Amino acid sequence: MRRSNRRGIPHGFLMSLPMYLFTLFFVLAPLCYMVILSFLTRAEVWGVVHEVTLDNYRNILTPVYLKTFYESLKLAVICVVLIILTGYPFGYFMAKLSSTWKRRVSMLLMIPFWTSALIRMYGWIIIFRSNGILDKLLMGLHITKEPLKLLYTYPAVVVGMVYALVPFMIFAVYSSAEKMDWSLVEAARDLGASPAKAFFTVTLRLTMPGLLSGVVLTFIPSMGLFFIADILGGNKVVLVGSLIQEQLMKARNWPFAAALSVVLMILTSLIIWLYRRVTKVRDLEGFY
Amino acid sequence: MGQSILTLQGIEKSFEETKVLKGISLEIGEGEFITFLGPSGCGKTTTLRIISGLEQPDAGRVFLAGEDVTELAPEKRDVNTVFQNYALFPHMNVYDNVAYGLKIRKTPKLEIRDRVMNVLAMVQLSGYEKRMPAQLSGGQRQRVAIARAIVNKPKVLLLDEPLGALDLQLRRQMQVELKRLQRKLGITFLYITHDQEEAINMSSRIVVMHDGVLEQVGTPDEVYYHPRTSYVAQFVGNANILTGKVVERREGVLSVQIGQEMVCVLDDGSASVGEMAVIAVRSEHILVTKERASLGLAALVKEKSFAGGMLRMTLVLKDGKALIASRHGIDADCEEGDPVFCCWEPEQAVLVDGREQEGVTAQK
Repeated sequence: MRRSNRRGIPHGFLMSLPMYLFTLFFVLAPLCYMVILSFLTRAEVWGVVHEVTLDNYRNILTPVYLKTFYESLKLAVICVVLIILTGYPFGYFMAKLSSTWKRRVSMLLMIPFWTSALIRMYGWIIIFRSNGILDKLLMGLHITKEPLKLLYTYPAVVVGMVYALVPFMIFAVYSSAEKMDWSLVEAARDLGASPAKAFFTVTLRLTMPGLLSGVVLTFIPSMGLFFIADILGGNKVVLVGSLIQEQLMKARNWPFAAALSVVLMILTSLIIWLYRRVTKVRDLEGFY
Repeated sequence: MGQSILTLQGIEKSFEETKVLKGISLEIGEGEFITFLGPSGCGKTTTLRIISGLEQPDAGRVFLAGEDVTELAPEKRDVNTVFQNYALFPHMNVYDNVAYGLKIRKTPKLEIRDRVMNVLAMVQLSGYEKRMPAQLSGGQRQRVAIARAIVNKPKVLLLDEPLGALDLQLRRQMQVELKRLQRKLGITFLYITHDQEEAINMSSRIVVMHDGVLEQVGTPDEVYYHPRTSYVAQFVGNANILTGKVVERREGVLSVQIGQEMVCVLDDGSASVGEMAVIAVRSEHILVTKERASLGLAALVKEKSFAGGMLRMTLVLKDGKALIASRHGIDADCEEGDPVFCCWEPEQAVLVDGREQEGVTAQK
């Protein structure tokens, strides 16, 4: 989109003007507001008073809150690893299906999104609870003897997170693998590479942008998704997301919630920056 | 032909309902430059993919240097392919692309360096090691693809229309270079093209393929001057095909009656008096005159055009069939619409197997 009209305004710019305006009002402005909020002081009853302070940030450094960050990070990393292990092969093989099956599979992946994620999490409760569907199945098959009591445990939260986020990885990898020139794999085989070797030297490298953007797309939400930990984890698993929500909605400490959000954002950006440095992939699938 | 390096035995292959290869058998000698010539869809690429192992035949066997490799995975075969779209690894620079096969085979680093530099010099790409494929021109990518294949010293090098994407001038230049490279390396080249000129220019033998069968296998001379079938005559030599009845045999020449007129054709013993015969005459061998002779066909000039230094005339015969005549230069002593007479030297017309005569259209 480098063409210009006679007045010298690039067409591309005019076309994407609504996008810029949208970003300005709905992303940038709230973000600035949040950053400002994080330096203000909580009012006695409602809202904030305009007294600039660093107390909110100092507060985060207490061990309780640091531990929450650490737990969130740990959970996010576990989830992303599991998402890669399940989502990558899925997206990869999906790209090799015939076009009819590609359409069918993406349909199946899309359907859950028509239902609220919250409701889908309640579905997991039915599966996980004592003597729920999973227990009945496992005991019916004589694999386990007693109910597993999976609900309100760490694994339940992990399963819920992976379930909620894996489609993003699948679609990111799929769109990368879909574009791949499979004759390159044939060329690798022709030059003496075994299927596995060809995969690691060619396919994986060329689908890296998809994998990477899948990681970004799933890592960020898995740091912040609070309702999954709340619903499937009871109160046992406290994450930054839940903490922010609690501070905002229950404790009504807006500045502290804002400060937590800012730190979370910086932390996430930092990790992604580091990740991109390490993997040396410059372009992300679907990003710039 | 040297010792046999590659043998195909009764190769058959179908894709879903369509039978693409209908029993291909061929023996290829060591050091040959053999070209598979045929229109797109004739099965030549499938044949090549079966040799490289990227496709499995439904029936038949592939032998490489005497060893049955039919069941062998592509990475275990001592053949390399230059792909039509080059298939260079976009995430590797020229050096790593060329070194790929050697690295996979765990060749010592120093040896890799030597061999890669050597072949890059051979394809005149020294100094380009660090470039990425995206930074190269089409011709340069082509050379990298060739270098990447020959660096492994395969027993047979398979080239799938490697020059198809290049412009005419570059293609001519690369033809010469490929030929030079083949002589220097002594590797058997199995080359695929749909361009008859390219095939005749480069090959020691040509395999004309059509609709999943081998129409004719022979040297460029044989294929050009002695086409076995009307298809080969038309595809390779742009020949005119005529059908008539043999009426007389005399001193190595057959007289053939077409309608009420008589033409002559070289007698190769394949037709006897009283039989129907199919004759191929190339356009440049047809003499167009205004005077009537005892042997020859009357026609009307329908169209004249000038291309590639040749004057091309489309003539319409009495029975409504079109005949193409061409000659060097632009001067013709006849105009469009003129009645003319066309004839040829007996040795310029050959008998061909005309079983596929119908439905074949001359190329170009």
